[in-house]
Amino acid sequence: MQELTPAFLQSAHDQSSISVHLLWMIPAVPIMASGVIALLKQPCRKTAASLAIGSLSVSLLLSLFAFVEVVSQWTSGVAARETVNFTWIQFGTTNVDLGWVLDPLSAVMLVMVTFVGLLIFIYSTGYMAQDENFTRFFCFLSLFAGAMLGVVIANSLLLLFMCWELVGLTSYLLIGFWYFKPSAAAAAKKAFLTTRVGDVFFLLGIVWLFAQTGTLLFYNGGTGSMEATALGGLLAQHACWGLTAAGAIGLLIFAGAAGKSGQFPLHVWLPDAMEGPTPVSALIHAATMVAAGVYLIARVYPLMSAGAQLHGAILGTTTALTVVTWVGAFTAVFASLIAVAQNDIKRILAYSTVAQLGYMMAGLGMGGVAVGMFHLITHAFFKALLFMGAGSVIHGCHEEQDIRRMGGLKADMPVTFVTYAIGMLALCGFPLLFSGFWSKDGILEAGSMWTLSRGPFYMLVFGALLTAFYMTRQVSYVFFGVNRGEKHAHESPKSMTMPLAILAFFAMALGAIATPAWPWFKAFLNGQAAGFDLHGFAEPGLMALMATSTVVVFAGLGLGWWLYGNKSPRPEAPDVLEAAAPLPWKWLRDRLYVDELYGATVIAFYGWWGRVADWLDRRVWGGAVSAVAWVTRLGAELNRFLDANVVDGGFDKGCEELSTSGGLLSQMQNGRVQSYLRILALAVVALVAILIWSSRA
Amino acid sequence: MNPLAGYLLVAALLFAIGLAGALTRRNAILVLIGIELMLNAANLNLIAFWRYGPHPEALTGMMFAIFSIAVAAAEAAVGLGLVISIHRHAHTTDLDAMNRMKG
Repeated sequence: MQELTPAFLQSAHDQSSISVHLLWMIPAVPIMASGVIALLKQPCRKTAASLAIGSLSVSLLLSLFAFVEVVSQWTSGVAARETVNFTWIQFGTTNVDLGWVLDPLSAVMLVMVTFVGLLIFIYSTGYMAQDENFTRFFCFLSLFAGAMLGVVIANSLLLLFMCWELVGLTSYLLIGFWYFKPSAAAAAKKAFLTTRVGDVFFLLGIVWLFAQTGTLLFYNGGTGSMEATALGGLLAQHACWGLTAAGAIGLLIFAGAAGKSGQFPLHVWLPDAMEGPTPVSALIHAATMVAAGVYLIARVYPLMSAGAQLHGAILGTTTALTVVTWVGAFTAVFASLIAVAQNDIKRILAYSTVAQLGYMMAGLGMGGVAVGMFHLITHAFFKALLFMGAGSVIHGCHEEQDIRRMGGLKADMPVTFVTYAIGMLALCGFPLLFSGFWSKDGILEAGSMWTLSRGPFYMLVFGALLTAFYMTRQVSYVFFGVNRGEKHAHESPKSMTMPLAILAFFAMALGAIATPAWPWFKAFLNGQAAGFDLHGFAEPGLMALMATSTVVVFAGLGLGWWLYGNKSPRPEAPDVLEAAAPLPWKWLRDRLYVDELYGATVIAFYGWWGRVADWLDRRVWGGAVSAVAWVTRLGAELNRFLDANVVDGGFDKGCEELSTSGGLLSQMQNGRVQSYLRILALAVVALVAILIWSSRA
Repeated sequence: MNPLAGYLLVAALLFAIGLAGALTRRNAILVLIGIELMLNAANLNLIAFWRYGPHPEALTGMMFAIFSIAVAAAEAAVGLGLVISIHRHAHTTDLDAMNRMKG
């Protein structure tokens, strides 16, 4: 169980390491690279790709450096959380601070994102080699990587939110990368709008948190919003329906995370997002971006579990975490059911991603940060592997995505087949050898010990059965039997198969760091000491649990093989299950009508509201505006009449008079001295006459 | 009729002749001569008012007239200079041709 131990203390600022000061470079380098690539010309393909890959390599090196430092600090027993904070804006007495944090959580995520991202970048050079917008693609990829790394290192909810929105933007750009396909453009729009719904709640949570605690920093030497003082204040506040402020804010933040991580009911965008290029699906919709929501919950875990911590109750029983658990477990079953009846190779993986994200959420809710995060890390590796394998298959089958038109590829594409099989077994949780087994087992174990209800546990076990089943169905369709496509498949180039092999290795090996005997990962994230102890297996119920999950996995695999193995039915023929139960199959194939539900409610409402607004605009506001315009025009007409007939006439007359009198006067100024003199003489005579006449009188 | 009135009558006649000359003649030199006549009529008045005035023993009137004649001589010199200058420029002394200062 997650517990904040005293060893998990804030390090004093003077002890802070170099790498925490260099941490900002990890996101900054790819973002700068994307800026440079944006200025490159279209044909500079090599430069663009090497810039993107080079920048992410630098980030990977820095991340590894930071990771090693965190590990060495942890093994030497000193504090493993360092932050760098600074004031961004100051208004009045209020400061808005930003900053970044280096602790086990962010270090693990940094290494995972940069490593998987780098492999996907390399893979993209092969996959996108024929695309004319190659340069633009790498510009977006780099920007995405930078934004995602920004989310990971952020020590401020505000900085996290900014990078979060950047991630949303790049996701939109990449899903709609082939914007000339109407379906891709629509999918991009759908993804953007659906995640926006969650983000509105997220933003509300941020504002509320800021209003309550006055800071958005997570950790700031005791005054951060994730530290005891602020949490105590939040717990004392009561929102509605018996929720504390902490719980309500936690729920709002979870709404944002649900949008990004494709949790029910905001999952609808993720399967559609498969319209983007396959490396994008691997990078964004399997390994990193969708994990951002899970990471966010892990990051604000102190807030989510606040009540339980202070009252000494068992973790995972706060309202917020209960909601997280139920939503996660429901999503896991829901999406796994839909995945069973899909025929698009990427769509199956997409629903499986939704389901696995549900597992992570449930793991976070019931078992704490380490359980959820471990599944996140292992899932990132094997799901990226599966997506890239699917991309390799699609590439090999000449852009065919329907699994019913594939088949028998294990001979044509041996490397892809082997690596895909490893990824598939890891996803199913094949016992002992594969990382997925250990991470999924951790979640099931947490579920079996959850005190509130056994419901999520049974749901997750059922989900595991379905996972094994639909993955077997997919692999049987794609790799076994005979080829039902029109063209001959071919193996993909080295730049695509090499990353597959590396990921396949990690899909198996990663399990080693979190077995019950050596719970290194959990200890690392929790800041406890880790020891190798075979007695870890002897915990009560653990062996029974492992046996259960093994039986479930084998049942799923066996059922799948029994129904689909080596059958290679004709593409037009109905599915075996469809023949058995046509109606439920139709429901599942149509994705349980969630899209249709939204279409009939939310979208229909907006359409209606749009028409009302249109009517109001045209009739009411338009009429008011026309009336005002008419009155103004009337005034103007009147004014014009006055000008033309009164003002102008008077003015013209005045001018005419001036002109004639000026002409008369100018005639006297004829330049003849004698005429002037003549007037002078007349004037003198007149003057004298007046004088004489007046003196008489 | 006392002697003063006779002088004044002569002076007025002289002034009228000068004025008529200045106003009617077209030749600039004749106009100048008319002006000189008017000036001399004024001088005659000055002398007459002095001689038959209340203080004929003081030489004020004579002094006045001598100044006036000196000024008239200077004026005539300036006037003739102007006329010569204009004649050199325009080859005429006709005043009607010299209307360039009209408004």
